[in-house]
Amino acid sequence: MPTLKRGLTLLVTVAATLLGLLLVTFLIGRVVPIDPVLSALGDRANAESYAQMRTQLGLDLPLWQQFLRYVGDVLQGDLGTSVLTSRPVLEDVLRVFPATLELATVAVVLGALLGVPAGVFAATHRGRWPDHAIRLLGLIGHSVPIFWLGLMALLLFYAKLDWAPGPGRVDVFYEGMVDPVTGIVTVDALLAGETEIFWNAVQHLVLPSAILGLYSVAYIARMTRGFMLDQLRQEYITTARVKGLSETRVVWRHALGNIAVPLITVIALSYASLLEGSVLTETVFAWPGLGLYITNSLLSADMNAVLGGTLVVGAVFIALNLLSDLLYRLLDPRAR
Amino acid sequence: MTARTDTQSAGWREWLTTDTPQSRAQARLGRAWAGWTAFRRNRLAVAGLLIVLALVVVAALAPVLAPHHPYAQDLNNRLMPPSAVHWLGTDAFGRDILSRLIHGARLTLMIVTLVAATAPLAGLVIGTVAGYFGGWVDTVLMRITDIALAFPKLILALAFVAALGPGIENAVIAIAITSWPPYARIARAETLTVRRADFISAARLQGASSLRIILGHIMPLCVASLIVRTTLDMAGVILTAAGLGFLGLGAQPPLPEWGAMIASGRQYVLEQWWVAAMPGLAIFIVSLGFNLLGDGLRDVLDPKGD
Repeated sequence: MPTLKRGLTLLVTVAATLLGLLLVTFLIGRVVPIDPVLSALGDRANAESYAQMRTQLGLDLPLWQQFLRYVGDVLQGDLGTSVLTSRPVLEDVLRVFPATLELATVAVVLGALLGVPAGVFAATHRGRWPDHAIRLLGLIGHSVPIFWLGLMALLLFYAKLDWAPGPGRVDVFYEGMVDPVTGIVTVDALLAGETEIFWNAVQHLVLPSAILGLYSVAYIARMTRGFMLDQLRQEYITTARVKGLSETRVVWRHALGNIAVPLITVIALSYASLLEGSVLTETVFAWPGLGLYITNSLLSADMNAVLGGTLVVGAVFIALNLLSDLLYRLLDPRAR
Repeated sequence: MTARTDTQSAGWREWLTTDTPQSRAQARLGRAWAGWTAFRRNRLAVAGLLIVLALVVVAALAPVLAPHHPYAQDLNNRLMPPSAVHWLGTDAFGRDILSRLIHGARLTLMIVTLVAATAPLAGLVIGTVAGYFGGWVDTVLMRITDIALAFPKLILALAFVAALGPGIENAVIAIAITSWPPYARIARAETLTVRRADFISAARLQGASSLRIILGHIMPLCVASLIVRTTLDMAGVILTAAGLGFLGLGAQPPLPEWGAMIASGRQYVLEQWWVAAMPGLAIFIVSLGFNLLGDGLRDVLDPKGD
């Protein structure tokens, strides 16, 4: 029963991690210098209704009971009400999340399409100039402030060259013209048969997703290079070469095929970090996703929304980590 | 004269590269020299070192180097393009952007120093204690570390600053709180490789306390890999701090923090591009410097890393 045992361990780990995340958001919610009673009642509440509200919110309970209450609420999908939109936070988060998902997905696809070949190329040219160039480009990609790059890209490609559309998910006059079925504009436009809006949305996606994806290119390329170098040292590669296979086939079929599993893990991990990293990109491109929602709530001290958004990003982040781990175990016979 | 300096330097080199050092100091200096010669060959790493040194010098001499006062407003000359008087132009209040960048170097250096002095230290203590004692201490500490490692760092830093209130000190606290776990992992891994070594047993048999062994024998051996990791992380710290500043959660106006300067130039970016472009360039150069330096240090101090 080793599989069952390992599965249980994994489950416990995930539960503990989620509980840890809940503890952190709970504690952050406690240290906020905003009085939750006053923010629910307004500044002019009298002492009686203040005390009543305090009991109602459970603030007179010991801290650990408050925490249990909080966990119970979250498990029932109650993340509190947003002060800014006066809607349940969960509803808000579900409405804006597809936009982030769309952006991060296109970004990670771009990142993998560029990063994997770059890493392979660097490994096959180890120590020569393509290797150094890719390494330097990677370091540059990790040194650029992403929000600044976004602004500069808007300046160049939108304002000066007029190659790309401005901020937002579609042009203003297309706004709200397709029904949000999935919340992903490109998919919704296709479902509605609006090819014009689809192409407009695609054009709007290019700049933000390329800039967000740039960040993962460096990481994916570096990891690919490392895995590839390990493979190219192995004897089966020599055998394949001696057999007379073309170098292309040896590298792209034999070696790359063998690193597919760890690569998937790496790509899943960078997907998680892109979901998180979209916060700053969304602010620059006025992209109405979770990142923009969290930052707007931050600026108006809407703590329920901030912590609810943090919790959702955190949970997705942990889930993707878990997924990459599971994929690795499932696909790689050595890990079984 | 020349001949004499030559023999003198040759003497020094021989003293440094000898296989049989006469004292502990000589052995240490010799090892440092060997590291430096390896490091020197990596031109990009040297460039990184120069950038970081330049940051320190600029920060130290900011009042001398800055051509104008960083807060001096001149509303008749607002949003002026780069010129002979204002090399990098002026911002919306007519303040000299170059002078603000030079003074902003102090803030960047302060943030980097504070984070580098806290997070790796916390990780070092947690990691060495967990690795040295093993058993349930190890299990508990490493479970906590793993849980913290799985958190989204940037979003949590945002939430922390939102709770603590905007400001440069709170930004530093938020970054430090979210960045200690990788250091704990590295320190633990290094501890595990040495804790069964003979010299540790020898120290223990001589009656050294656990505290003494961890402080005196284990921690020094973890330092090299921690320095590499810290240097590489500093670029990320600079970018996170700038991101917090850009969102209005870090340093508050009129402080010349680079991220906040980009935010203030944002609304003019399509016409007066230099207001937002220049601070971003500064952030880019400095974090590239740390990345290049860290990359070079990794090759010298931690050859396993490649």
